[in-house]
Amino acid sequence: MALLETSKHSQGSVLGSMNPDLSSERQTASFSVEKLTALLDGGAEQTRIRRAVVEAIESDPVFSRENQYFQTQNERYEAAVRKAVHLQKKMHEMGWTENGPEYKYIYRALSGDVAFLLHRVFMRSISVLGSDKQIAKWIPLATQHKLIGSYAQTELGHGTYLQGLETTAVFDTATQEFILNTPKISAMKWWPGDMGRSATHTVVFAQLYIRGKCYGIHPFIVQIRSLQDHSPCPGITVGDIGPKMNFEHIDNGYLLLKNVRIPRENMLSKFCEVQPDGTYVRQGSQKINYFTMTTVRISLISDEVLTPLMKACTIAIRYSVVRRQSKLKPGEQEAKILDYQTQQEKLLPQLAAAYAFHFTNDYLQELFNRGYREIQRKNFDMLPELHALSSGFKAVITQHCTAGVEICLRACGGHGYSLLSGLPSLYTKILASCIYEGENTILLLQTARFLIKCFMAARAGQPVPPSVTYLAAVKHGKCPAKNKLDFLGPDIYTEAYQHVAVRLTSSTAAKLQDLIQSGVKKHDAWNQCTVQLVQAAKAHCHYIAVKNFAETVEKLETKAGIQKIMKHLCDLFALHGIFSNTGAFLHDGYTSAAQMDMVTASYLDLLAVIRKDAVPLVDAFDFTDQSLNSALGSYDGQVYQHLYEWAQKSPTNQMSPAYERYLKPLLHNTLSKL
Amino acid sequence: MHSAARFEAPLPARVNARSPLHHRRRGKGGHRQRPACLGTTWRRWSDVTRGRGRRSGEGNDSETGSGSGLISGSGRAAASAAAAMSVNADLRRERAAATFQPELLTHVLDGGPERTRRRKEIEALVLNDPDFQHEDLNFLSRSQRYEQAIRKSSLMVMKLREYGIADPEEIYWFKRTCLGNFPEPLGLHFSMFHKTIETQTSDAQKEKWLPLVREVKIVGTYAQTEMGHGTHLRGLETTATYDPSTQEFILNSPTVTSIKWWPGGLGKTSNHAIVLAQLYTQGQCKGLHAFIVPIRQLGTHEPLPGITVGDIGPKFGYDEMDNGYLKMDNFRIPRENMLMKYAQVEPDGTYVKPVSDKLTYGTMVFIRSLIVGDSARSLSRACTIAIRYSAVRHQSELKPGEPEPQILDYQTQQYKLFPLLATAYAFHFVGAYIKDTYNRISGDISKGDLSELPELHALTAGLKAFTSWTANAGIEECRMACGGHGYSRCSGIPDIYVTFTPSCTYEGENTVMMLQTARFLMKSYTQVTSGQQVSGMVSYLNDLPRQRIQPQHVAARTVTVRINDPTSLVEAYKSRAARLVESAAKNLQAELTHRKSKEDAWNRTSVDLVRASEAHCHYVVVKLFTAKLAEVGDTAVRAVLTELCLLYALFGISRNAGDFLQAGILTSAQITQVNQHVKELLAVIRPNAVALVDSFDFHDVHLGSVLGRYDGNVYENMFEWAKKSPLNKTQVHESYHKHLKPMQAKL
Repeated sequence: MALLETSKHSQGSVLGSMNPDLSSERQTASFSVEKLTALLDGGAEQTRIRRAVVEAIESDPVFSRENQYFQTQNERYEAAVRKAVHLQKKMHEMGWTENGPEYKYIYRALSGDVAFLLHRVFMRSISVLGSDKQIAKWIPLATQHKLIGSYAQTELGHGTYLQGLETTAVFDTATQEFILNTPKISAMKWWPGDMGRSATHTVVFAQLYIRGKCYGIHPFIVQIRSLQDHSPCPGITVGDIGPKMNFEHIDNGYLLLKNVRIPRENMLSKFCEVQPDGTYVRQGSQKINYFTMTTVRISLISDEVLTPLMKACTIAIRYSVVRRQSKLKPGEQEAKILDYQTQQEKLLPQLAAAYAFHFTNDYLQELFNRGYREIQRKNFDMLPELHALSSGFKAVITQHCTAGVEICLRACGGHGYSLLSGLPSLYTKILASCIYEGENTILLLQTARFLIKCFMAARAGQPVPPSVTYLAAVKHGKCPAKNKLDFLGPDIYTEAYQHVAVRLTSSTAAKLQDLIQSGVKKHDAWNQCTVQLVQAAKAHCHYIAVKNFAETVEKLETKAGIQKIMKHLCDLFALHGIFSNTGAFLHDGYTSAAQMDMVTASYLDLLAVIRKDAVPLVDAFDFTDQSLNSALGSYDGQVYQHLYEWAQKSPTNQMSPAYERYLKPLLHNTLSKL
Repeated sequence: MHSAARFEAPLPARVNARSPLHHRRRGKGGHRQRPACLGTTWRRWSDVTRGRGRRSGEGNDSETGSGSGLISGSGRAAASAAAAMSVNADLRRERAAATFQPELLTHVLDGGPERTRRRKEIEALVLNDPDFQHEDLNFLSRSQRYEQAIRKSSLMVMKLREYGIADPEEIYWFKRTCLGNFPEPLGLHFSMFHKTIETQTSDAQKEKWLPLVREVKIVGTYAQTEMGHGTHLRGLETTATYDPSTQEFILNSPTVTSIKWWPGGLGKTSNHAIVLAQLYTQGQCKGLHAFIVPIRQLGTHEPLPGITVGDIGPKFGYDEMDNGYLKMDNFRIPRENMLMKYAQVEPDGTYVKPVSDKLTYGTMVFIRSLIVGDSARSLSRACTIAIRYSAVRHQSELKPGEPEPQILDYQTQQYKLFPLLATAYAFHFVGAYIKDTYNRISGDISKGDLSELPELHALTAGLKAFTSWTANAGIEECRMACGGHGYSRCSGIPDIYVTFTPSCTYEGENTVMMLQTARFLMKSYTQVTSGQQVSGMVSYLNDLPRQRIQPQHVAARTVTVRINDPTSLVEAYKSRAARLVESAAKNLQAELTHRKSKEDAWNRTSVDLVRASEAHCHYVVVKLFTAKLAEVGDTAVRAVLTELCLLYALFGISRNAGDFLQAGILTSAQITQVNQHVKELLAVIRPNAVALVDSFDFHDVHLGSVLGRYDGNVYENMFEWAKKSPLNKTQVHESYHKHLKPMQAKL
């Protein structure tokens, strides 16, 4: 809590004092907020380090985001570049290093509002895909910012489907060079971050041609701007792709290559090399590379997906206890809107999901760490499972959290639509996560492919990875719950989720087989089942999330009230999932109509229970006012004052020329002069 | 309980439906497209929209384009002009394969060929007018966008006079083509301010104010919402205290929360406002009343002493609108500035009560019904963009070795988009139904016969919420279906979304609206259980007591649901609504017996109540869509609409399978059939998908989208568009000299 001093946001006048509607919520917490924060951070020591980083960043005015909602795209970009440059200095000053414990908190502390993120991707791709010689040459240059890198994969015409990329790199034996070209408009590189204005170099993915033969997609280091004056190199057309829903601070770019020649040594050649005579050589196993790509998908979950949802919950829930509207009981004061059941039903499931997915993320991280250790021992057995989990969870979590942020936005009435609430920019930012690093539908279908394969194997008695062993068990039972309290038993609901996941996978597998047996071609059959396959993949992930949450709760320490409140959230997460998808659970009669009424009753009861701890539960996320950057969500709850004072700083409150130019002639009936 | 008027959408006149509709539209700027600027190929409008031009397969002949016209008012032909001259081959093929004539469906949507013709004529006036062209708004700052909007508002006043366009609907067509999908800062002047003065003033007040308003000698807005209160109107805190010694009202904003907040056009544009305030006279509070308050000096436009006014800052969309704040400190206005048609304050301070205030009831029905139409149009636009783009975009492989297929051929893509297309059509018909119903009974209303109003009021509250929620989610789904490019502003969908999404909140927050509908449903249910009959859309509740005699009734009925027959599906939806209404009523009753307070019981049942309202609205939509089919004359058009209607109904069952299963209306086996049939319908609708969005007949200017261009030349035009980005103004960005170079020098 140390960080949340109200004085920080105080701007004089009535500010500085705590809104009593918020302080009363905090007095009744059933658990230790500080302990829960430590749990989320992975230990009190981590909390301490994180707070120190946040404190250092936020006390530095260069990193302030106070004006960001008022800035144009150009101003946002410039600020991000300034921050990126300043960050180098700051890190040096603070003694933070890229391998130090502070590093992972920097991005969160900056709320991602900084340029040159792709520079790191550039470096990583060289480390992973480059030969030792290439690493020795390029990494020091990049580390010292002698050059600024980007990563150019996506094209105007192709994204997730990599094989479809159209940029070409033709090897010219005579000069020992690759000649890079953008053969048509759809082949133009489009979207790469930092490329529009900043980058001097980029890793370009192109179809490699040697003596007329295509060898598929390969990475090449291409210099795109002069290191002297930053002007585009010959043959290069490069620029910014224009305004987007968010990420105004990032110069996502386009790149057109016209007979751009690069030396043979610029093809990243850890796995494949073109020898001077044009001989193409494969070397080593690509599987590590494959693993790295899979890792990226889950590495974004924490900062890009969970953090925005947690912030949105913090803003919406704090505002909902400050906002009073209408009366619940005649003669009383107007009620806090969080006391309305419908408001609880909007917000509390999002809060539960934020916790649930936090623990899912822990689970995935641990699994990947194990996977990494195995892979270093040259054991690649875990790869398919890791790939399926990372694809499925990337899709499920981004989709769920994006929807959750939007619900928070719309639960704040009109004020939610003000940029000063902070919610619109959280929403427009998180929703990009549904697309980048693999389009969600395609990722779910990859998970589904794994599920179907494992299902067939399991039914044939072959061994399958641990996360899918449940598919082998054929149970045709019924849900054993007898009253609504039974539905607060993790065994009952976990079993129900498992049942649905098995049913959806097995029925889709059966459908696929039927189609194929009836003569439909395999790929057609697959396309005809994709809607069901997506549902099966989602059910699988949902089941694992519920199961993991329940298991996590079991292991928590019982002291300080943490386990109890987490158990409530786990129950809510599980029952909300059933309540909002009743059809899946009623289908085939696993759950009866009467049982479904019990689910609803238990679910609604839980809302009232968690309501009491709602504010402490968001306080535990431990966001400072600066990181929330929201007039509605500040720790002191002085919502209206913040809103009023902040709005007055809007540039639109400077005199607009519109009056003299247009309004005055209109009012004075001299319209013809327009 | 009244409408929130979040963005202070206008209050139309109480009777004559037509005029308020369109005045209000203008007001809210409800329909915005980017005018004559983005992604427009200046093809001859008539050619494009005639079936001949569209379907001939020689679509390129229909282009008389003067450039790819990516942006730019200057009409500068862009580099890729040649490419933009021809219609993309995929789209040509799609159009040629349609099984019906799109213009016939357009007529159905417009309400007849004559109206289609006139609409196009009006639209052409704007489209062919160079005065209305300007730089792409995406590249302007908010202040610049505001200035552009003011310029256009002023121009429109002049042009509408010049053309002699006075019919409200025609004004609306004109304005939406000019404004694009964006609001105009003067919108509330023409709608709420004008209408309120027209309908709530005494004759003497009319005489004084109306000419000033009509001639735009003053610019006004409507200031209702405060920082602390929206939908719950009685909670407003602004005070107007009568001072008999000077015969003035003293206006005050006594708390921070009482500051007027959100009214459109208040921040920078208006010099007058109608202010809603708690009236105090002779020491008593008489509740909310409306006052005309001058806020800025005529001539200089400076705020008057005692007035603090400004813009509330950036929002999610609505960049051109100066939503404002207003704080009043002992600001005095003459007694005559209180709107006195109904309530009055006499010179000595005596308060004269209004006779009836029920007429505002009709107004709310009307405003909310407009949002239903808005939901339909906004969703239609998003569908048009996403479906055209999906026909142009090729990706990955369906069959090994074959060329990349159009993404519209993937089942998952169809599953995302076609149910939304069906929904857009459904909502069009629902919007038209409410408008017609309101028109039909508005005569009765003006005569004081309000008998049909409560039901219509309940229905529109619910449908406003139901359609705006659905459309809101649908627009986002369309955007997501466009992959990464949907996220770029050039797709146009972000603009459609940010402009539309506040309608979930303004004019009555959606959850509150659903609960109003629920209140009516509970009342009807109570009537039925006490032996009375109810009529209209809730008449299905009459069957409930009878059914209760045979507990197995519903199960017995399952076999009768025919999943290929819309009429039979209407029955299924009816049963679902009845079941959920009954279950909510019983839960409410149970809570009431356990608890003392009615309000508490209501609150503890509100999640159930919202579900019941949703089911009721869903039933109404399916019913109205089904009923519309019989009115369509052309066989081919009727066939394709029937497919959409079936898809709408079956998809809704599939998505809400739990309700149908739990109530025993359908069996698990039937749900499996429904799911299967949904997928079959996707394949059936696929060949007509492009023609079905063409039938909405949006001009490229209405769509404001590079991805949704009629000619499908997406990639060339994205490149042209991007080149105009402000970050591209100079080849080397100034940040290089300011930050990058010094850093590299130091390291």
